Amino acid sequence: MSMTMAEKILAKSAGKKESEAGEIVMANIDVAMTHDLTGPLSVESFEKIGTPKVWDPEKIVIVFDHQVPADSLDAANNHLVMRQFVKEQKIKNFYDVREGVCHQVLPEKGHIVPGEVVVGTDSHTCTHGALGAFSTGIGSTDMAMVFSTGQLWFKVPETIRFEIEGTLGNYVSAKDVVLNIIGQIGADGATYKACEFVGSTVKEMNVSDRMVLCNMAIEMGGKTGLVEPDEKTLQYVNARSNKSYEVMKTDLDAPSLETMHIDVNELEPQIACPHHVDNVKPVSDVDGIEIDQVFLGSCTNGRISDLRDAAKILKGNHVSDSVRMLVIPASREVYTKALDEGLMNTFVDAGALVTNPCCGPCLGGHVGLIGPGEVSLSTSNRNFRGRQGSPEGEVYLSSASVAAASAIIGKITDPRNIKF
Amino acid sequence: MEGNVWKFGDDIDTDIIIPGRYLVVIDPKELAKHVMEGLDPDFHNKINEGDFILGGKNFGCGSSREHAPLAFKGAGVSAVIAESFARIFYRNSINVGIPLLEAPGISKHLETGDKIEVDMDKGVIRKLETGEEYKFQKLPEFMLEILDKGGLIPYVKEQME
Repeated sequence: MSMTMAEKILAKSAGKKESEAGEIVMANIDVAMTHDLTGPLSVESFEKIGTPKVWDPEKIVIVFDHQVPADSLDAANNHLVMRQFVKEQKIKNFYDVREGVCHQVLPEKGHIVPGEVVVGTDSHTCTHGALGAFSTGIGSTDMAMVFSTGQLWFKVPETIRFEIEGTLGNYVSAKDVVLNIIGQIGADGATYKACEFVGSTVKEMNVSDRMVLCNMAIEMGGKTGLVEPDEKTLQYVNARSNKSYEVMKTDLDAPSLETMHIDVNELEPQIACPHHVDNVKPVSDVDGIEIDQVFLGSCTNGRISDLRDAAKILKGNHVSDSVRMLVIPASREVYTKALDEGLMNTFVDAGALVTNPCCGPCLGGHVGLIGPGEVSLSTSNRNFRGRQGSPEGEVYLSSASVAAASAIIGKITDPRNIKF
Repeated sequence: MEGNVWKFGDDIDTDIIIPGRYLVVIDPKELAKHVMEGLDPDFHNKINEGDFILGGKNFGCGSSREHAPLAFKGAGVSAVIAESFARIFYRNSINVGIPLLEAPGISKHLETGDKIEVDMDKGVIRKLETGEEYKFQKLPEFMLEILDKGGLIPYVKEQME
């Protein structure tokens, strides 16, 4: 039977030869991730179930990233709950406050390989499909079930295959591609579906850029993002993981497959405007909107390639006096690389604030909140009302290049129009 | 189930239902003090035990935070009715014991303040003032059983005993 990647991976995880869209399967989970913010509720639910031991302490990964270091007594208490759980359950893979954002740390530390099923109590767990895993966000009760049994039921999703063709122009990136797609199909355009990204543009992209595409699959309702593994994928994975794995690819005649063609040759930088991620406009339509804060970071665009893009523009320039710019590397590895390459000097010299690796203002619960009437331009993934602080604030989303250019000018700016 | 309707629009996200800065607490009653705060800071004082939340399409999109259905639970919401739901919110709500009723077209017929009655077994919403009835997608048997026990954990515990 012809199957999609998603169908093949879920069939394998359920110990079956075949599975098809719509079918309910009981999947054996390969990696279960939780973090400091949704972890305590998962632990509480696990304790309510009453299973004394987790199903497999080697398959659970715990990352502190949302409120690190603890910014309140509540956060400190949550950290204590999770550290205690790690100790009691002998969880092998625990990354305390220093390592970075879970969706960057998991691939970096070799926890993600092709063909596996990954779940996490974070909706952006779909990021890991960039390495060819079926990876999806779940709630805390579902995670408690996984902790207890190692299994979870899934409805096998249909697949939308985005065939992305063309060459990206100067200062146009994976973020612009995925924002453009979300603008076209809407915030529920891929609900329940696997979003597979293929085509010559994706082939050209490095693993980081592919993570950007998959990261935003949830913003169109997708269950997972997916990129078919190729040499770049295997090179990344083999350098970081010693797990064995199986590469699975979509059969083009799979019945549950629909295809959408995207031509990016003429694409200009894209902006998601308040208060919905599918409210997407070309930068030329919103050029000149005044901003108060710029956030460069997050599991979407806090990787070394993003920091390089921004530093290229900021070098020798200064952040506008009317703007606060926050630079938050997505992980310790990214931080170290950026230090080695001198990027952090560029940011600090330009007047930006650099913090430790963490989720930052993305979720509006930690550093860098915005006040009433303030406008944030952010390289993260959500611009919902109140997402970065006050419900009377506004959040625009962009790529790293647009964020850097805008920080200098103090207004939303198309980097292609400015000589830096 | 009988109660008042509170109507909201399309794409109600989980940051609206419960903003990120409150996720440090997990007690449903505490979370309920901030439910829907982004759209109406006083909402927790207006909603009464047994009331219904009504949304448009893609209700519950965004974060996987289970704090969102827990905030509804703490506020005493008896069910959420919408044209369509986002995937993670759907699972989370059933898991914590909040019924979700998918009823395409429903937001044309109901307004804030309408009193309704819901029959889960028949899949019918009845507007009490006029007697008009609207159908919703009946939930599968196993989900009804989970809801009947008050959520996935009590359901599983009973199965284990």
